[in-house]
Amino acid sequence: MTMMRYAEALNAALEEEMARDDTVWLFGEDIATYGGVFKATKGLLDRFGPSRVRDTPISEQTLAAVAVSAAMTGTRPVLEIMYADFLPLTLDALVNQASIYEVIWNGQVAMPFVLRTQGGGGAGAGAQHSKSLDAFMAHIPGLKVVAPSTPADAKGLLKAAIRDPQPVIVLEHKLLYNTRGEVPDGDHLCPIGEARVAREGRDVSLFATSKMVHEALAAADTLAKEGIEAEVVDLRSLRPLDRAAIVASVEKTHHAVVINEGWTFCGYAAELSATIMENAFDALDAPVERVAGADIAIPYAEPLEAAVLPDAAKIAAAARKAVA
Amino acid sequence: MTDTTPTDGSPQPRNAPSIEDQVEMLRKMVLVRTMEEELGRLHKAGKTRGPIHRCDGQEAVGIGATAALLPEDVVTSTHRGHAHYLGKGLDPKGVAAEIMGRATGLCGGRAGHMLVADKTHGVLGGNAIVGASIPAATGMAVSFQLTGASSIALAFFGDGAAQTGICHESMNLAGLWRLPVVFVCEHNQYGLTVPARQQSSVQDLAVRAAGYGMDGVIVDGNDALAGYDAVAEAAARARRGDGPTLIEAKTYRMVGFSTSDVGGYQPAEEMDAWRSRDPIDRLADALAPQVGRDRLDSVAAAAREEMEEAFRSAMNDPAPDTPLVVEPTYADAEARTAP
Repeated sequence: MTMMRYAEALNAALEEEMARDDTVWLFGEDIATYGGVFKATKGLLDRFGPSRVRDTPISEQTLAAVAVSAAMTGTRPVLEIMYADFLPLTLDALVNQASIYEVIWNGQVAMPFVLRTQGGGGAGAGAQHSKSLDAFMAHIPGLKVVAPSTPADAKGLLKAAIRDPQPVIVLEHKLLYNTRGEVPDGDHLCPIGEARVAREGRDVSLFATSKMVHEALAAADTLAKEGIEAEVVDLRSLRPLDRAAIVASVEKTHHAVVINEGWTFCGYAAELSATIMENAFDALDAPVERVAGADIAIPYAEPLEAAVLPDAAKIAAAARKAVA
Repeated sequence: MTDTTPTDGSPQPRNAPSIEDQVEMLRKMVLVRTMEEELGRLHKAGKTRGPIHRCDGQEAVGIGATAALLPEDVVTSTHRGHAHYLGKGLDPKGVAAEIMGRATGLCGGRAGHMLVADKTHGVLGGNAIVGASIPAATGMAVSFQLTGASSIALAFFGDGAAQTGICHESMNLAGLWRLPVVFVCEHNQYGLTVPARQQSSVQDLAVRAAGYGMDGVIVDGNDALAGYDAVAEAAARARRGDGPTLIEAKTYRMVGFSTSDVGGYQPAEEMDAWRSRDPIDRLADALAPQVGRDRLDSVAAAAREEMEEAFRSAMNDPAPDTPLVVEPTYADAEARTAP
């Protein structure tokens, strides 16, 4: 095990996969000379050169489409989109291109590209640089979507994503890049589509991804002092979703809180709730509780921003309601 | 910008194909025209599904351009791609069966007429989002550049697609990175029903190439040999590593936007003027002194018969009967959307 930051773990994943497979290449805004605004690609230009590590114009529509078509013709592109808020610019490539070809071209092409981006609030970045658009991505058939919460998972999921024959969206979080954790040494891979129990508990299940896993863990600490033992399930992969892990946890605790930082209405937490209703209804002793972002533009000033984002206190309140 | 439009007598193309290659181009243009006419007939008979976008009158662009490519080169196409498909060598029976939604279609009936692909022939593929063929070829060219492949990519797109933002982004990137790509704008004068003069700030789209650091060329799109010439030169440039080219082929759509177009916006005199420049007649007239009318007539008759037979056989082929497997609703971590 090696202690490293989340951004360093991503960097290690990229470096290892580029060294292992010379068809892997990186492109995006400010990723080469500058090393990425969150430093995930630091040093890679020096090691692998300007052909495989490319700074790009500010052209998200085309960059995403290039990832799709380059992946069909013999290379493995890894595209960085600087903010998740810019994902709407990439949607044609994802919705009308990447998602359809495996099916309508009857398996003629594989599409091994990765789109890395980062979202999330809490940094005072304002309404156009703070969103979590998980549901936009997870809604699209044919894509895989992962959202690591720890350095270990960041490395393992990114490496698995680069090797995957299908498109994989990697949703990072701006407030996690500097968090530290133990990362297994060697060729560490996390299978895409497997959840992880981050904390065991018997009374209520908290389902989350990314930074919300940490909020759920903090909520669990608070709840434990009140005699409520919460189980925290880090889904890790939004699509495919590890439904078996969700069912197993609900069958154990009989109470569920579904959590997502993005907007509430038609959001990812709603999918989690429907999954529990479809697959574990008989195990529930109470209605599913939902904690998600307020359905509003994310405001700038600190108290205003805090009011619209889910956090440990809101999760704890929902858990108390679930077990009441 | 260079203009190879023949104005004061036709200049000889610098990369002229052999006479036999030209006869093959004529044969393929007749295949395409027959496909379009068969589809018109089948649509009237209620036997097609969804809108069909015919390219009658535009055949020379796709056939001339693809004739100048190598088998390993890749093309990206549009919603009006039949000349691109057949030009790149796709099996007429496989294309006809795909358009008719048959299991024997090149994509098993999943793609339909707008989205045909056949990787073995470098067609990746039809694309019915206007403008999307442009970044698609651009991305393929990045792969070829990175892997040192000798292949190039060619994007077909229309004058309507030239007005999209993604066209600007892609051409800038292709010029910046000197990508091995050829952009062929099939300027058929209309974006659906709206004429080019009401869609574009400039009437010659090739002038825009200067803004991307690439050569821009205007060719007579109804002259298959002119298109061949321009693409051969652009392809050689791309293969040398000297970057992209924008070719604007001026042509005309002789039928509606699609089979659901009720018309009324193309002036009769305009239609007549372009009809007199039919690309098939023009290539046949150019070849007749060298090959003889009898041979050309028999080549055309055989092509017509081949395509009619392709549709007859497609009509008798089975419909797809295997339901697609989609993500299960329960507990499969390996779940994926797949056939």
